[in-house]
Amino acid sequence: MYRYDEFDHQLVGERVKQFRGQVERRVSGELSEDAFKPLRLMNGVYLQLHAYMLRVAIPYGTLSSKQLRMQAHIARKYDRGYGHFTTRQNIQFNWPALNKIPDLLEELATVEMHAIQTSGNCIRNVTSDQYAAAIDGEVEDPRIISEIIRQWSTFHPEFTYLPRKFKIAVTGHDNDRAAIKLHDIGIVIKQNELGDVGYEIHVGGGQGRTPLIAKKMADFVPKAQLLAYLEAVMRVYNMLGRRDNSYKARIKIMVHETGEVEMRRLIEAEFAKIDASQMLAVPPAEIDRISAYFASPEFETLPASSDVLEAAKTRDADFARWVRANVVAHKQDGYAIVNISLKPIGGVPGDASDVQMEAVADLAERYSFDEIRVTHEQNLVLPHIRLHDLKTVYDALHAHDLATANLGLISDTIACPGLDYCNLANARSIPLAQEISERFADLDRQYDIGELKIKISGCINACGHHHVGHIGILGVDKKGTEFYQISLGGSADENASIGKITGRAFTEETIVDAIETVVTTYTDVREGGERFIDTYRRVGLDPFKERLYAE
Amino acid sequence: MAQHSSKGARFQAVTANRLSDGEVVYLTPDNQWAETFAAADITDGPEAGDALLARALPADFELHVLEPYLFEVLQDASHFKPASVREIIRAAGPTVRLDLGKQADAKRES
Repeated sequence: MYRYDEFDHQLVGERVKQFRGQVERRVSGELSEDAFKPLRLMNGVYLQLHAYMLRVAIPYGTLSSKQLRMQAHIARKYDRGYGHFTTRQNIQFNWPALNKIPDLLEELATVEMHAIQTSGNCIRNVTSDQYAAAIDGEVEDPRIISEIIRQWSTFHPEFTYLPRKFKIAVTGHDNDRAAIKLHDIGIVIKQNELGDVGYEIHVGGGQGRTPLIAKKMADFVPKAQLLAYLEAVMRVYNMLGRRDNSYKARIKIMVHETGEVEMRRLIEAEFAKIDASQMLAVPPAEIDRISAYFASPEFETLPASSDVLEAAKTRDADFARWVRANVVAHKQDGYAIVNISLKPIGGVPGDASDVQMEAVADLAERYSFDEIRVTHEQNLVLPHIRLHDLKTVYDALHAHDLATANLGLISDTIACPGLDYCNLANARSIPLAQEISERFADLDRQYDIGELKIKISGCINACGHHHVGHIGILGVDKKGTEFYQISLGGSADENASIGKITGRAFTEETIVDAIETVVTTYTDVREGGERFIDTYRRVGLDPFKERLYAE
Repeated sequence: MAQHSSKGARFQAVTANRLSDGEVVYLTPDNQWAETFAAADITDGPEAGDALLARALPADFELHVLEPYLFEVLQDASHFKPASVREIIRAAGPTVRLDLGKQADAKRES
């Protein structure tokens, strides 16, 4: 894992001190709220419905056990005993008192973490593939370049006041688990015919009010030129992106309005200038230095299968089901990737208690080379577990209600905090996720339905990624009452697509029945081994609409 | 600021979040900020609402609360309740964590 150098320590330490002074001046009345608000937002502090909320960055979704234990400590000491993992691989605390946040940030800095640039119109936390360096078929560990981007974008003076927020995601694998086409910039690490590693760049994806799939702007940017290329994209956006209307200020709107060809020309013209200056050429020695932090763990030489595992699966049917649903093949023989579902039946998607976080940290330290990953689907991952340790890990997870065997199934829902917490929300999201998981609680039924991603947002900002849910649900407000709109056919993977709205919205009382109608329509018309998304792409929206709105 | 009351609203109250911890508070008849909706000053008629909000805006409140605004209140039999789901949730706490927020405080006190 990356370790802070002296500059990182100094920057974060100075920032905490600065924020402490700003809070003191706000409380004493020296600073008005108008002056203070942008300062607190730059430090990840939002005001929500019931309290302040602090968003802590988890760079590219990787945590050490020490860092996760710190989140548990913060939850207990400064919050109400839990944290919420988000769709941007961050963690949010829902109840910190303003005057305690500087102390909280000081403790957080001791494990090399912070909340800088988790809000505001700047480059946000870089997200990546949760299976990095564990999955077979990866060109390169995406966290290396993610870390280089993090260093380049942190406190970048030119990009502190962008027209709007800016999100970058990186994958090193053809199977996109980082939703790169739904980001302002999405990067796919590629290898060309000569064996050189470079980057395919997608620009202008995003959700919110105007969902758009990113356009491919470059097929192959060579390694040393990546930052120059990114700087060119940012500079074009910063100069020409709209600032007159916040709804039209994201780069996706600029790409859409400018057109793909002209946008590419603008970026390449700027890129040529920056590249010629050599200012941002990343020296190979620096790439090597950062790569060394992500060196592969020292895996043991083990057989590809484990008698211990097979025997345990035979003895314990629940364990066998969990292995089938939540465990993914590892690149190294004798190891597996373990997904920890934060979606217990009837639970709050993405929430973890202090005790649960400590339990996961202990397991990571003991069995997974001290690493934990956070997924954009609001689950956790232990990336490197020996096959013969799987049962031990499962038992420990089970004891903490962390062994729900539902990865990628209908109850593995993404949900934003919604109107239970969020100041922007129009409707609640979490209770819907809970009701849906209870309605489909029977795991055999879930396995029969197969891969089905439900994503729920409580407002059009789409933090719950409803546009790219196989089934998306958007909460809307009609005169103070909640209604829910369904969309179908969205997808966030390498075949990204935006869902289509079925028609008029449903009430809180009828929405779960409507979801069941969508699911039974699918199971009635599916052919062969079709997943929901396959069936939808074959039959389209009409069969679902007919059933949903039948009089 | 988002609109939390309608033109036709008859009964209204003023709410804000406390500066120190973000707690939801309500403006009372004696110009204090109370933690419970039951203590809120509730006005009848649009002009009275505007006058209530005006009482919440003096600069010295900036030391104690954030972003005060008017919201609609309904009269149900003999008692008042917030009109929107949003304000009902703000007055009680998250509906998915009944152990947290004002609803939990009320339970402990009773």
